[in-house]
Amino acid sequence: MNTNLSLKTPRAIAPFVKLARGESPRAQLDVLFRTVGLPIIGLLVFLMLWSGVAAKIDTSLGQFPGPAQVWHQTEALYVEHVAERDKATAFYERQEERIAERLANDPDYEPRIHDYPGKPTFFDQIVTSLITVLSGFVIASILAIPLGIVIGLSSNLYAAFNPLVQIFKPVSPLAWLPLVTIVVSAVYVTDDPMFDKSFLTSMITVVLCCLWPTMINTAVGVNTISRDLINVSQVLRLGWLTHVIKIVLPSSIPMIFTGLRLSLGIAWMVLIAAEMLAQSPGLGKFVWDEFQNGSSDSLARIMVAVLVIGLIGFLLDRGMLALQRAVSWDKTAVLR
Amino acid sequence: MTTTHPSRRHFLKRTAMSLAAAAFAGSALTALPAQAEVGYPEKEALTFGFIKLTDMAPLAIAYEKGFFEDEGLYVTLEAQANWKVLLDGVITGQLDGAHMLAGQPLAATIGYGTEAEIITPFSMDLNGNGITLANDVWEEMLPNLPKRDDGKPAHPIKADYLKPVVDERNAAGDPFKMGMVFPVSTHNYELRYWLAAGGIHPGYYDPSNGDTSGLIDADAQLSVTPPPQMPATLEAGTISGYCVGEPWNQQAVFKDIGVPVITDYEIWKNNPEKVFGITREFAEKYPNTTVHLVKALIRAAKWLDEDNNANRPEAVEILSRPNYVGADEEVIANSMTGTFEYEKGDERPVPDFNVFFRYNATYPYYSDAIWYLTQMRRWGQIAEHKSDDWYMQTAKQVYRPDLYALAAKELIAEGKMSAGDFPDFDSETGYKPPQGEFIDGVTYDGRKPNEYLQQFPIGLKGKDQV
Repeated sequence: MNTNLSLKTPRAIAPFVKLARGESPRAQLDVLFRTVGLPIIGLLVFLMLWSGVAAKIDTSLGQFPGPAQVWHQTEALYVEHVAERDKATAFYERQEERIAERLANDPDYEPRIHDYPGKPTFFDQIVTSLITVLSGFVIASILAIPLGIVIGLSSNLYAAFNPLVQIFKPVSPLAWLPLVTIVVSAVYVTDDPMFDKSFLTSMITVVLCCLWPTMINTAVGVNTISRDLINVSQVLRLGWLTHVIKIVLPSSIPMIFTGLRLSLGIAWMVLIAAEMLAQSPGLGKFVWDEFQNGSSDSLARIMVAVLVIGLIGFLLDRGMLALQRAVSWDKTAVLR
Repeated sequence: MTTTHPSRRHFLKRTAMSLAAAAFAGSALTALPAQAEVGYPEKEALTFGFIKLTDMAPLAIAYEKGFFEDEGLYVTLEAQANWKVLLDGVITGQLDGAHMLAGQPLAATIGYGTEAEIITPFSMDLNGNGITLANDVWEEMLPNLPKRDDGKPAHPIKADYLKPVVDERNAAGDPFKMGMVFPVSTHNYELRYWLAAGGIHPGYYDPSNGDTSGLIDADAQLSVTPPPQMPATLEAGTISGYCVGEPWNQQAVFKDIGVPVITDYEIWKNNPEKVFGITREFAEKYPNTTVHLVKALIRAAKWLDEDNNANRPEAVEILSRPNYVGADEEVIANSMTGTFEYEKGDERPVPDFNVFFRYNATYPYYSDAIWYLTQMRRWGQIAEHKSDDWYMQTAKQVYRPDLYALAAKELIAEGKMSAGDFPDFDSETGYKPPQGEFIDGVTYDGRKPNEYLQQFPIGLKGKDQV
């Protein structure tokens, strides 16, 4: 009965449900305190420390922002976002009028609707960054998992590739970026580009940096499949592909996902750095622009971005974890 | 393609070819509405780059006040990391045009640095820069400075008073370092001019021997720092002073890390500053677009200076937005609204600190171009002797008052501006009369560049080589 319940209700709610049923109130309160109370206390202590320390740091741009200023700037950023949307609507209306006017004078004109040329808001930048990081991550995974499997299955290939992987793995995105930028502008030449160069540059940099953890972990996962399973596969005379799909993949899923989670974390960190350096749209550019602005609001705005970057990183990781739980065959494994 | 039904492409091509004639013979283009003599823009969506400085104001105003849209242009403004990135953006076509240092189109055309044909149909402003020194340098200078009756230092402050500090540091083996924004920037030449006028050698360039650092024989070592990072670099102690545009001098006062000692207005009264640069290819491929964008910029510049700077407070609010300059309103307001704060609390009126339209500020004078070329020669960026004629030809290649005149005449015809707003295009030669209002009292005549260079004790002249 009890075990059933804990499987069906989410962990955070379970104590409440049990409490409502009057099941050993003391023990439930204890669980509740640990799962909900302690994180809240931790957060409060952090906020207090933050505002206390912030008040003591005087920078050339004024006092270091505390939680209150940061919240204030979060609201300001939202207000700006809404205002920018209104301006965009007005822009499209004006554009339509102008096109109509011109068509009246110049019937041969083939009108083209131009996108709103205004600045991207903080929220636009979040979306841009998310799109970039996910595209980079997906491409990296598509490359890394098959490569990892191939390398993992053959110890000779592993020996051949391992040094390369070890050398490229620790390379900072900032070292790749100039090369990627130059190559992209040289190679990607079209009149009607489907992607912005800046998007490609950021994305490729992300790919180059987050390829490795997935590849290594996949290889290791593939390499450490239980001997019994391999024997079974041999006894059944499974073909190579069937072997990979039926035996190798399922048993290396936990390791693959460990790699994927590491990769996604790296991808997110790399992207912010790449956007800052390359001035390509996204949260990194937002941070850099605010740093360049040097206004008295800049630090608080950067802090908003820092918290949002952290929160998104956390959510991405939780997302991967949930995915891992869903596809992992070993439901008893402790994943955190 | 039949002649009875000319396609749009054909029509535009015809428009382009007859553009030069269009300004004078509007009747040639009867297909167009009566008031517009220049056809519709060939390229409507444009991206312009800028650096976060208050003198990018004409771009921000043309966008915010809808002047670009009035011309049928859909413009995106993009802040650039530094002048090099910005120039490369224009050369590669990633940017259609940009707010540029006056020296950039000239240097690119003569092949100093990246070689490319960049032209400028529009000058963006006059003045607007200042030289800031670190607090410790200022304190060492302060006792020697001549004072006014109220005890405050008398302006302009000459570099003569900085010389003892520089000499002392150099003798102690601690080189005196200053920041400027780009090797061919106005700031570099102004800083060098001011230092040299005070007997401090700012160093030669020797590009023919691969030296582009400009430190040969230098008493004061100048290096490049992007404008927005000037205050931080000064605060870190990497440099002891800098020459930069606003708001980065006022920023130093606000942050209490340095003291602006002189504005460029006091080094050379009403000196030309930024220009709007496009590639020659762009101007030839999109002649109508070029005229339309110059029209929008002229209107923006006029708006900025209108009614005795009445619009400046609004301009300051616009510039303080994070996507433009982004500094605090009060910092930008300081210089934009006619006052300049030197030492903290020492605020003095400098009504012409930022000039966008008065005194024909937007007209691209050949003589302005030639002044920059003389400074490139003076400091060795142009390594060889050049004839006066060479200076004039180069200026003509880069500065394009003809394109400016097309735009201005359109604006006059549309009734948006009057002929009195502009120089008299029939008699204008592109050369300002000899100007004498320099800090060292030297007179500059744009028609005699070599003679001008002869007047300086420090600097290359005649057949000199580094």
